[in-house]
Amino acid sequence: MNRHLVSAASLTRDDALLILDTAEELARVADRPIKKLPTLRGRTVVNLFFEDSTRTRTSFEVAAKRLSADVINFSAKGSSVAKGESLRDTALTLEAMGADAVVIRHVASGAAHRLAGWVSGSVINAGDGTHEHPTQALLDAFTIRRRLRPCEAGAGPFPAGRGALDGVRVAIVGDVLHSRVARSNVALLNVLGAEVTLVAPPTLLPLAVGSWPCEAAYDLDAVLPKSDVVMMLRVQRERMSAAYFPSVREYSRRYGLDATRMALLPDHAIVMHPGPMNRGVEIAAEVADSARSTIVEQVANGVSVRMAVLYLLLGGAEFPEESGAGFPEESGAEFPEEGR
Amino acid sequence: MRAGNAEDRAAGAGGPPPAGPGRAGHARQKRVLEPAEIGRALSRIAHEILERTDGAADVVLLGIPTRGVPLARRLAGRAAHYEGHAVPCGSLDVTMHRDDLRLRPARALGRTELPPEGIDGKTVVLVDDVLYSGRTVRAALDALHDLGRPCAVQLAVLVDRGHRELPIRADYVGKNLPTSQREVVRVLLSEVDGEDAVLIADAVLPGDRRAGAHPAARRPGGAEGGRP
Repeated sequence: MNRHLVSAASLTRDDALLILDTAEELARVADRPIKKLPTLRGRTVVNLFFEDSTRTRTSFEVAAKRLSADVINFSAKGSSVAKGESLRDTALTLEAMGADAVVIRHVASGAAHRLAGWVSGSVINAGDGTHEHPTQALLDAFTIRRRLRPCEAGAGPFPAGRGALDGVRVAIVGDVLHSRVARSNVALLNVLGAEVTLVAPPTLLPLAVGSWPCEAAYDLDAVLPKSDVVMMLRVQRERMSAAYFPSVREYSRRYGLDATRMALLPDHAIVMHPGPMNRGVEIAAEVADSARSTIVEQVANGVSVRMAVLYLLLGGAEFPEESGAGFPEESGAEFPEEGR
Repeated sequence: MRAGNAEDRAAGAGGPPPAGPGRAGHARQKRVLEPAEIGRALSRIAHEILERTDGAADVVLLGIPTRGVPLARRLAGRAAHYEGHAVPCGSLDVTMHRDDLRLRPARALGRTELPPEGIDGKTVVLVDDVLYSGRTVRAALDALHDLGRPCAVQLAVLVDRGHRELPIRADYVGKNLPTSQREVVRVLLSEVDGEDAVLIADAVLPGDRRAGAHPAARRPGGAEGGRP
């Protein structure tokens, strides 16, 4: 793994599986009476949030605290950013205070990438503009794997086990154009072997979608029966500068997931949403609260996945030339040159 | 001066399965235990556990991944066979509690799986393949502390190779193996490696990846940053 997690597209299949397997073990910590591990004691994680967020920021905070790291929350409101401080100066200030990792959310696409060039600690992208949101994609993949390939043999429609998502059909529906979640998910799910179909009105599909490793479709009703997973995206009206569809009601009629549409899905299929939801726009309340919905589960899984990312980025030594994955086996004589 | 971060296990959690005994890096290696001897040692340990714990009435066997887990299962199977009742057994991953985490890249985690009855008030017998510096066992005691409150903790190992760096000793030992710190002890188990054997090799030869650790990791006393 790299030192930073800026983009889901930079993860190899082995990296992704290492994160998911690690998250699987760390998820068990949540069931224990003492939900804490000493691993990151004495390390500092800064949550640098230039955009509003509840679940992502809290999730990173809980994850870091479960690993015993110290957490500093920084939001642009009420900070020197309001006085005109630049991202770089803010980052260097935090670095001077000894941040081992910076979790950044920013309105500008590429902010995390720039930050990674400025600070010596690890940078974790928690959403940059309409670019990427890699930990969301990881927790979505983790949720899909847990639901469709349960570790305990039996129930699921796919073979049990920890493997990847080969052959799982995922429909990502809605405002793909403005969605960093969709971009990260397309990249990660593709690396894990899933077949992704984007479903959206033509105005809400990016022009370059033809070059992405996925299919695109306009008709939700035709895609649903062939989907194991349907992921609904929020209509991001705060990022919309033009009229992308005639009315919310029309969007909802054609691309919203209601109970009638949900009935088109295969029996084992699950419904996901990265949150926050607009109930009644892209997803009906009865669907969001149904047994197929994994929305609350996704939040819980988010903590496990972020613990795994923090552990894998911060838990070991910094050996830039070596890969964290496929760690060679330990031996009885550790450093034999030292045997004097 | 020896680095204070010595592993006390012949094989670690999460790594890829090792190459067979014919691997080039271990040209001068000796088999010190054959499958039958391993079997007899485990039978004896199982008897000793039963003897010292009144028939293993309140015993939980916890194997430390990777190779402690199949060993714990074998001991549980033998104890159940001798005594006629099942002996609960599970696994305890200690990776997150190690004191040498910061010396190498983050490693994959093993599984912690406690038997459903838990460990509160039980006699926990930790099971590992090789006892060396004692640091793994220290990490295991810490990990246990977060999981419950056993009434006693004991330690069973297949091989004790000496060179302790902490005040820790095993209650049940399969074989005491006098070694030099230059030597490598490897335990192979059929569940993991396809065969049962204990090997001792002269030293890791240059070119073995395990010798290629980062220079920073070789600093003497480099481990003290782990857990003050």
